[in-house]
Amino acid sequence: MKNPLTIAGKTFSSRLFLGTGKFASAQQMQDAILASGTELVTVALKRVDVHNSQDRLLDHLKHPRINLLPNTSGVRNAREAVFAAQLAREALETNWVKLEIHPDPRYLMPDPIETLKATEELAKLGFIVLPYIHADPVLCKRLEEVGTAAVMPLGSPIGSNKGLKTLDFLEIIIEQSNVPVIIDAGIGAPSDAAKAMELGADAVLVNTAIAASENPVQMATAFKIATECGRIAHDACLAKSVTHAIASSPLTAFLDD
Amino acid sequence: MTNFQTLFDRQDWEQVKSSIYAKTETDVEKALSSSKRTLEDFKALISPAALPYLESMARLSRQTTLKRFGKTIQLFAPMYLSNECQNICTYCGFSFDNKVKRRTLTDEEILQEASVIKQMGFDHILLVTGEANHTVHVDYFKNAIRLLRPHFANISIEVQPLEQHEYEALIPEGLYSVLVYQETYHKERYKTYHPKGKKANFYYRLETPDRLGKAHIHKIGLGALLGLEDWRTDSFFCAFHLDYLQKTYWQTKYSVSFPRIRPAEGITAPEYIITDRELVQLICAYRLFSEEVELSMSTRESEKFRNHILSLGITTISAGSKTNPGGYAVEPDTLEQFEISDERSPQEMAQVITDQGYEPVWKDWDRSYWG
Repeated sequence: MKNPLTIAGKTFSSRLFLGTGKFASAQQMQDAILASGTELVTVALKRVDVHNSQDRLLDHLKHPRINLLPNTSGVRNAREAVFAAQLAREALETNWVKLEIHPDPRYLMPDPIETLKATEELAKLGFIVLPYIHADPVLCKRLEEVGTAAVMPLGSPIGSNKGLKTLDFLEIIIEQSNVPVIIDAGIGAPSDAAKAMELGADAVLVNTAIAASENPVQMATAFKIATECGRIAHDACLAKSVTHAIASSPLTAFLDD
Repeated sequence: MTNFQTLFDRQDWEQVKSSIYAKTETDVEKALSSSKRTLEDFKALISPAALPYLESMARLSRQTTLKRFGKTIQLFAPMYLSNECQNICTYCGFSFDNKVKRRTLTDEEILQEASVIKQMGFDHILLVTGEANHTVHVDYFKNAIRLLRPHFANISIEVQPLEQHEYEALIPEGLYSVLVYQETYHKERYKTYHPKGKKANFYYRLETPDRLGKAHIHKIGLGALLGLEDWRTDSFFCAFHLDYLQKTYWQTKYSVSFPRIRPAEGITAPEYIITDRELVQLICAYRLFSEEVELSMSTRESEKFRNHILSLGITTISAGSKTNPGGYAVEPDTLEQFEISDERSPQEMAQVITDQGYEPVWKDWDRSYWG
């Protein structure tokens, strides 16, 4: 693919990232992941048994193409997030972390204050931090200042499959960002992924829409194609949509008289 | 800051009850078609008028649960630490006036039980006791949690209500959640079921979730013991309690259980019956009311019921449970708190879950989160 995605010096040829929750079995998860062509999957630290080298979930994620992105889901503040990230680094041998601090267990809304604090601290500790956040353009700039590797704004509430409800703010974030922008939550259909890519997002992360579908492998394939399709369209520079007609009697015609 | 008692006291049991029974098909249809459902919708969904809509409710409930929780079922095991109890609860096998041998597990016994439970595959454990404040108190719980924390990812308790500062002392030790069922929200009937002991204080129990919320607990488990009073009215009050707590302690997760009174030594049959069909209705109504609440099912229910309810809204189940202290390893033949109905082993249960296209989840927390 032209212009491959690079995050913290690492190059990805697929711009589709996957979550590993909600699948009916570890095997089904693995099949969907392989079908999606993804190279980065996020896994909740709380779901894996890091003290057990035979952990079933991790076993099914062992593949030369797949990189693990441990996430801190379940923590409520920066302090807990730093603990969790350190454990993940030690156990999974990666300094990449998807920072998820959602103290609200109902809608899983990310806490911007704790997220900023934790990003700063983790970046100082040498982590590659990918924080899950609201589509807040100012927060994105603040995160850049403290050393975030990317930003992961939500498209709509996590798990809601509602698509890009935050579209206007995502556009501002993409326009202003110096780090990769990964649309993280709410992507419910391949068309949402395509749309995000057309807007210029660097990648999308999808979980529920694939895992909770009737056929996760087929849906993963659909997302793979849609993500590639949207990116190609972006690279080809979409023609501007025209909302006004050309008037038959131009207002400025008098200038030619 | 208001607490639940203030809101509760403004409600009148009889009025609530008649408003539930007055719900019509139109109310049910409105509730089914809403995207955000209110407490009035919940009333409609648990009303007799909703029974003909059970199939639609079940479909919606399954769909909603799949979207939120995916194809997963969380497993846990109860571990009874003590059956000493100073309370008289007329429906419970551990009741003070029941002449049974009392036992409180020692450190060594706790670890013996833990090792068997661990071998069964469990990583989430629920510690259960009666109420014996002189011997089974906050220090006893602290010690038990310290003993067990190296062996389990997630520890919950279902014990007597404690003070806020006591919860605050247990949480950093690794206490994740506390289950405290009001049994019945009918104030007067509550007194006849609980004539003696600290538990006789209705309001102290009612305010326990407030104390837990103030202590910043991760999860609170609610429930009414089905069979003590009209299940519909009790369930409304439980949903009302849930609604208040979610708005007030917004950082806490909630779960709801549906214990139906089971036969136990020394008790008489329940006065109010909830049928299987109505229990399905209730479970679906909770799911339609709250997309994110965890719904938990114990081994009180039959194999058949548990097999079928798995995909209709439940998120958490126990398996292979023993409801007597020492029941797994130390002294398997002592008196149980209640007779369990589904005696399948955890591995058998996990197979049933897998066969239905769900992933049995043994671990969904990590002890490192406590720092």
